[in-house]
Amino acid sequence: MFWDRASETMPREELEKLQLARLRDMVARIYERVPFYRELLRQAGCEPGDIKSLEDLRRLPFTTKEDLRENYPFGLFAVPLEDVIRVHASSGTTGKPCVVGYTRRDIETWADLMARALTMGGATRGDVIQNAYGYGLFTGGLGIHYGAERIGATVVPVSGGHTKRQLMLMQDFGSTVLTCTPSYTLYMAEEAQAAGVDLKGLKLKSGIFGAEPWSENMRREIEARWPLKAYDIYGLSEVMGPGVAMECEVRQGLHVFEDHFIPEIIDPATGQTLPYGQTGELVFTTLTKEAFPLLRYRTRDISALYPEPCACGRTHVRMARITGRTDDMLIIRGVNVFPSQIESVLLGLGYTEPHYLLVVDRQARRLDELEVWVELSEGMFTDAVRGLEELEQRIARELDSVLGIRARVKLVEPRTIPRSEGKARRVVDRREL
Amino acid sequence: MRVKQISVFLENKSGRLAQVSDVLGAGGVNIRALSIADTTDFGILRLIVSDPDRAYRLLKEAGFTVNLTDVLAVELEDRPGGLAQALKPLAEAGMNIEYLYAFVQKARDAALVVFRVEQMDEAANVLQARGIRLVPGEEVYRL
Repeated sequence: MFWDRASETMPREELEKLQLARLRDMVARIYERVPFYRELLRQAGCEPGDIKSLEDLRRLPFTTKEDLRENYPFGLFAVPLEDVIRVHASSGTTGKPCVVGYTRRDIETWADLMARALTMGGATRGDVIQNAYGYGLFTGGLGIHYGAERIGATVVPVSGGHTKRQLMLMQDFGSTVLTCTPSYTLYMAEEAQAAGVDLKGLKLKSGIFGAEPWSENMRREIEARWPLKAYDIYGLSEVMGPGVAMECEVRQGLHVFEDHFIPEIIDPATGQTLPYGQTGELVFTTLTKEAFPLLRYRTRDISALYPEPCACGRTHVRMARITGRTDDMLIIRGVNVFPSQIESVLLGLGYTEPHYLLVVDRQARRLDELEVWVELSEGMFTDAVRGLEELEQRIARELDSVLGIRARVKLVEPRTIPRSEGKARRVVDRREL
Repeated sequence: MRVKQISVFLENKSGRLAQVSDVLGAGGVNIRALSIADTTDFGILRLIVSDPDRAYRLLKEAGFTVNLTDVLAVELEDRPGGLAQALKPLAEAGMNIEYLYAFVQKARDAALVVFRVEQMDEAANVLQARGIRLVPGEEVYRL
């Protein structure tokens, strides 16, 4: 099924012409309106007029999450704030989040691309879409929501969590499409089993899952437990939110919506663009975004691009499932977590030289569990159990309020967290996807 | 009147307790009384030893997280109701006991119990006013 057949099946030649025109317009806009980009392009010896072909994109400089942080909060906006009708934010590497903005037209575009994605996942105006992505600064909830309204489906904006209520609504409303993180689906399945809910008897036919890496194994497991067909959706708030790429019914890679975004795969070490089919870091350039355009944004996600024609008829290139990260970012229950954020929390609590370890696990209950091991410093040891437990709780509360994620804090003895070359190893990820 | 107690932070890992007693044993320090308070993750080992300052130094050198805490060593009649004699006056004075534990060895014919309370001086006064003997550190270490 197509939402916008003309755009989705546009012949490559025509698509590339459109991309080039949009790219030139976008680069001219950021050069003119965003001092950061003007400086970036000047330093690289580039001018908007230099772009004669799509290949010229490779000569333009990258932007990174650090650039976003340095321009916090609105420094990279290409329109006056009065033209921005919404902001969203994602985790930064330290205390400050990465803020993105949307003009009215950006929100329209996003809704349209999300409508495209949901349609690819089998949703129609006759469907009841239970949206269990979190609503708020996170782009997941509202992104799906606007797309679902755009196609005219019945949206149930239940947001994340409250599993018993999710299950009740699914049964009572006859939800036909479920949107959430894939791991939450498995968690709900466990809860449903415990509560005696017959999942196979539900009306769900499609699940549109994203915001965290998952695997074909997980897909098989989800489909074995639920009556639905599971689709992978990709997006990141810096680039827009969900709806940057989506699987079609063939489910062999995610079509990147190339009329709005140009994807590239680069070698993360050299920055060289890699040919189709090779694995590397995924980079995006936005073509139509007004408030928050991005030039060659390094996502740190690892993927590959496949240009071969797809049986579904779409001409847009496909990207492989995300297989990892080039940095140490973790995605826990859909929330991005950087070890450096944990470090700033500990520093804020008076730890002068925090030694900590993040242990992520996905146990039988299927939900990611984050344990933060913190080495007890001499000065923090008190003889009372209560004092130490309060310390654990204080760290946990602070992590929750800064990262928005509940973690179990465990105090460990000094010098027990392994160090390599003086630097501690920060993450142990025991999840098997 | 105070007695120095050694407190050691221990993760709940097998062998840690044995290491503590190894370190003390090798250093010629004798353990007089001990107790462990534990949670699912960690424990606090509390020790009364023959030479607290030496024990503190030895354990620290061996990489343990240690501190010295003052406690009261209270001598009680070794008969039913003996402990209540000390607890009642403290309760009446509104003092909370953080923890207590007993010595295995006996000082004379009496029982010896270690008390940790928030208000150490007040607690000592309350007990002494009732004629309860607090055993000084030097005597406890020598037991």
